Amino acid sequence: MLRFVLKRILIALPTLLIVSILVFGLQKLLPGDPVLALAGEERDPETLARLRELYRLNDPIWMQYLHWLGDVLKGDLGMSLRTNQPVLVLIAEKLPVTLQLATMSMIFAMVIGIPAGILAATRKNSWIDWICNVVALSGLSIPNFWLGIMLILLVSVNLGWLPASGYESFFVDPVRSLQTMLMPSFVLGTALAATLMRHTRSAMLGVLSSDYIRTARAKGLPGRVVVLGHAFRNAVLPVITLSALLFGELIGGAVLTEQIFTIPGFGKLTVDAVFNRDYAVVQGIVLCIAAGFLVMNLIADILYAVFNPRLRTEL
Amino acid sequence: MKRFPSSRVALTALLLVATGLPAMANELRIGLQDDPDVLDPDQSRTFAGRIVYTAVCDKLVDLSPDVEIIPQLATDWEYSDDATSLVLNLRDDVVFHDGTPFNAEAVIYNINRSLTLPESRRKSELASVDTVTATGPYQVTIALKSPDASLLAQFADRAGMMVSPAAAEEAGADLGNNLVCSGPFTFVERIQQDRIVVEKFADYWNADAIKIDRVVYLPIPDSTVRLANLQSGELDLASRLAPTDIPAIRADADLTEHVVTGLGYGALYMNVANGPRSETPIGQDKRVRQAFSKAIDRAALSQIIYEGTASPGNQAFPPNSPWYNKNFPVEERDVEGAKALLAEAGIDRLEVQLQHPNTPIMSQMMQVVQAMVAEAGFDVRLQALEFATQLAEQSAGNYEVSRTNWSGRADPDGSIHQFVTCEGGINDTGYCNEEVDNLLNAARTLGNPAKRKELYDQATAILIDELPVIYLVHESYITAHDAGVTGFVPYPDGMIRLENVTDAD
Amino acid sequence: MSVAAEGLAPRARSRAWGKFRRSPAALVGLAIVGFFGLLALAAPLLPIADPLATSWTAIRQAPSAAHWLGTDELGRDILSRMVWGARASLAAGVVSVAIALATGVPIGLLAGYFGGFTDMAISRFTDALLAMPFLITAIALAAFLGPSLMNAMIAIGLSAMPIFIRLTRGQVMAVKKEDYIEGARAIGLGHVAIMTRYVLPNIVPPLIVQATLTVATSIIAEASLSFLGLGQQAPAPSWGSMLNVAKNFLSQAPWMALWPGLAIFFVVMGFNILGDGLRDALDPREH
Repeated sequence: MLRFVLKRILIALPTLLIVSILVFGLQKLLPGDPVLALAGEERDPETLARLRELYRLNDPIWMQYLHWLGDVLKGDLGMSLRTNQPVLVLIAEKLPVTLQLATMSMIFAMVIGIPAGILAATRKNSWIDWICNVVALSGLSIPNFWLGIMLILLVSVNLGWLPASGYESFFVDPVRSLQTMLMPSFVLGTALAATLMRHTRSAMLGVLSSDYIRTARAKGLPGRVVVLGHAFRNAVLPVITLSALLFGELIGGAVLTEQIFTIPGFGKLTVDAVFNRDYAVVQGIVLCIAAGFLVMNLIADILYAVFNPRLRTEL
Repeated sequence: MKRFPSSRVALTALLLVATGLPAMANELRIGLQDDPDVLDPDQSRTFAGRIVYTAVCDKLVDLSPDVEIIPQLATDWEYSDDATSLVLNLRDDVVFHDGTPFNAEAVIYNINRSLTLPESRRKSELASVDTVTATGPYQVTIALKSPDASLLAQFADRAGMMVSPAAAEEAGADLGNNLVCSGPFTFVERIQQDRIVVEKFADYWNADAIKIDRVVYLPIPDSTVRLANLQSGELDLASRLAPTDIPAIRADADLTEHVVTGLGYGALYMNVANGPRSETPIGQDKRVRQAFSKAIDRAALSQIIYEGTASPGNQAFPPNSPWYNKNFPVEERDVEGAKALLAEAGIDRLEVQLQHPNTPIMSQMMQVVQAMVAEAGFDVRLQALEFATQLAEQSAGNYEVSRTNWSGRADPDGSIHQFVTCEGGINDTGYCNEEVDNLLNAARTLGNPAKRKELYDQATAILIDELPVIYLVHESYITAHDAGVTGFVPYPDGMIRLENVTDAD
Repeated sequence: MSVAAEGLAPRARSRAWGKFRRSPAALVGLAIVGFFGLLALAAPLLPIADPLATSWTAIRQAPSAAHWLGTDELGRDILSRMVWGARASLAAGVVSVAIALATGVPIGLLAGYFGGFTDMAISRFTDALLAMPFLITAIALAAFLGPSLMNAMIAIGLSAMPIFIRLTRGQVMAVKKEDYIEGARAIGLGHVAIMTRYVLPNIVPPLIVQATLTVATSIIAEASLSFLGLGQQAPAPSWGSMLNVAKNFLSQAPWMALWPGLAIFFVVMGFNILGDGLRDALDPREH
């Protein structure tokens, strides 16, 4: 098991390296001059030159990259061109926000998606199954950002029930924190809930048609015991694995939702940084998101391997 | 949404219980359009930052709602006859937030910091300053390298903001992490892209005029969302709302709106001599530019795009400005005149490439312009660019026509000199006319407003004929607040001054 | 052996079509997609207003007899912009996926077929691409290429490419072990011939399913990029760019945001249902 984990970590390192090269290269391709964008209306040549020097923008690209990589290995992700803050500090500030949003969306998705999936599977081809399916497909098909602005219009502007935007740390003011996160996590959670529901349903259907469930039923065990006690226990593994994968994607997937609800998390920071050509910030955050994604992948694989020892050797 | 605690009352009750009834009574929550950059007046460059400084940092002088320069930390001032030195008398009852006294030495420290801090962005604004000396405990004399009439206006903005010398000495370039000034509010905390909190400074020299205990600035970039927050009570005051929000503000009986024409302009930069892309009929022949300008209905633009809140314009200064040249009022649209000018230039139809920022409002405005000039014979190809790209293309001269906004300055020099003089720092059109240079350079040195205005009038007359910049509109600052807020006065510089503002909820 | 491999396909195909035809859901999906597709194709023939014709006197009018879906910020008829916008949105979905297929499938084929170092290198590269947030990659690519519909499609296509690399690679690895591939190799066919004649046809069904589902996500991605100003450029309409403008007029003209949002919702749903139907029909496990 340990060897398996170590091997996976060893594979993840070059992946992160490639991510960093890709992001770096991509950013350097972007038209526009970061220092000019930063200067805005105050284009003092002396200041521009000093900033170019400070951020090594006059060096060849590969030198800039190597400098950056060297700093990263020393634990320094560089400074934000825009706010003069270390990127590590920015990440430490934003990560809890994004994690809270991702966690709430995930909880939301699991609470809705998994029971709905079980229900749909046990009532296969009934109207309940049909409704669950339509709702799930709707969740998958609705554009997040559109749902977001429609909810703001309805819930905040017309009904005045929830704040339209903003963020409060859970540890400072839990109630307000939940209030502000409710709509965004609902928006993000809909598509997840739909995915989870569909997977739960198909995993459950697979298990329910297996021999030992038929045997259990034949022995006269009550339906609920069979479904929850036996079938779900076996179907839950792929669902948990999938949840871990989805969670990894969530951390980077909240871009537009954060933008619309003005949540000061990763997504908003990154989009702003791309538009402002704040290279170090984009670089640091994408690396962090990619690492998170790989960790969640690893967790999913470990879960799978633990429950499915046959796979350990194959992987 | 039924599965959530859904009534506003229940949520409010929960909120109150959870937070133990905080001192909400006198907290003013202000929605900003952008998150300010580093909070150090010497290093900062954003508009949003200036709004926050208005609460935290007093300046040597301030602006009145009519853009007159009025006392703040300096009680009065006098230029020498040849305008090469400026004497400022200072208040003697001011302390910084950290207890450091404010006096002539503090002013000297601040001006030197602006001039010498490597990170300072104020150097060009104070370029005319030679030396600063204390000619009394509360009097400084500034010797100038050359006469500079715009210096006082610089002191009404960031270059005139006084930070605590003790704090600045200790923090160096990191002052922005914990800004210490002498303004009505002290800096409390900042969470990037989320909020900036300031609290009333008890020892403020004008403390009686400050009726609010605490101000929270919240950056909310989307104006619709900013308005939604104002309507739902999350904000007490929202700055820089969009003209399109006006009907919604008016429809809400609880909201009051303030519209004031800003100091800036929205214009089309014409590439007349910035690189090879200027070698087009529209870049080389002023008649073609005149035709383009004549074909635009500025009043209609203001109505369609700005709900009538923007002033149609044709000069660097808005028509209500004392610097506006009244001999050249904004012309009516004249399609026939435009066609005639084009014919004179030997052109039937002309294809023109026009770049603009990729925001919906800019795009909408340029589509209207496209339709208007099409009737006169211009086939405009619109090219939307992302902000950073457009800026780089414009400064490199890689454009024919470019749509740009300028936020404006209190002194007329700031809105015109650097754009149209040959060596101007932001001269992206490549325009260069010795006569204009002479006029604008001379205008800088004159302390007498009437004589200064004469020179600006002459320069405007030339610019309106040669049109390196086609000015279109002067946008307004639209601010709205709820019924609990009283005493708010809008200023053409878009700042939110908190003297005598009260908040009842 | 080649006979066996090629002879299988038509029978499987007709069986799949049979299953597909009997699935009401799949047909509903096909109908929705077909409806929007026809609308997009027939746009020039329909008796609707010019989607670019502005009218300063009819700005942001609510739906009426003259303008069934209302007018937009420049007084243009929203119905005709919706119809013409269908072209942009559907093209965005289809072209993006075509780009993703055209780039991803060959790379995946190489990785799966040759294995070894090629596979290792390509797999690490794919892992890296998958680990980068989809929308952020697309935003950066679109910003690099410049805002336009075509560039948005390229950006989305390249961002979706790794999914197809990975899928193709996995499928090829499975097919590679089949007897007929061994046989083809034994009779001395070259790599390219084996890949195109024997491997590719056998991995098409899962690619079709994935492509259909990716069209759905690509349409949303195009709308997202347009929402950020990086997609279809004015004055030409796309549903995403219509939403981008509409968000400025939410309280005065909510219909401007309602129609494009609903259209995206239905067409994406159509592709999702169609993808589900195809999956059921083409799934070999249920043969």
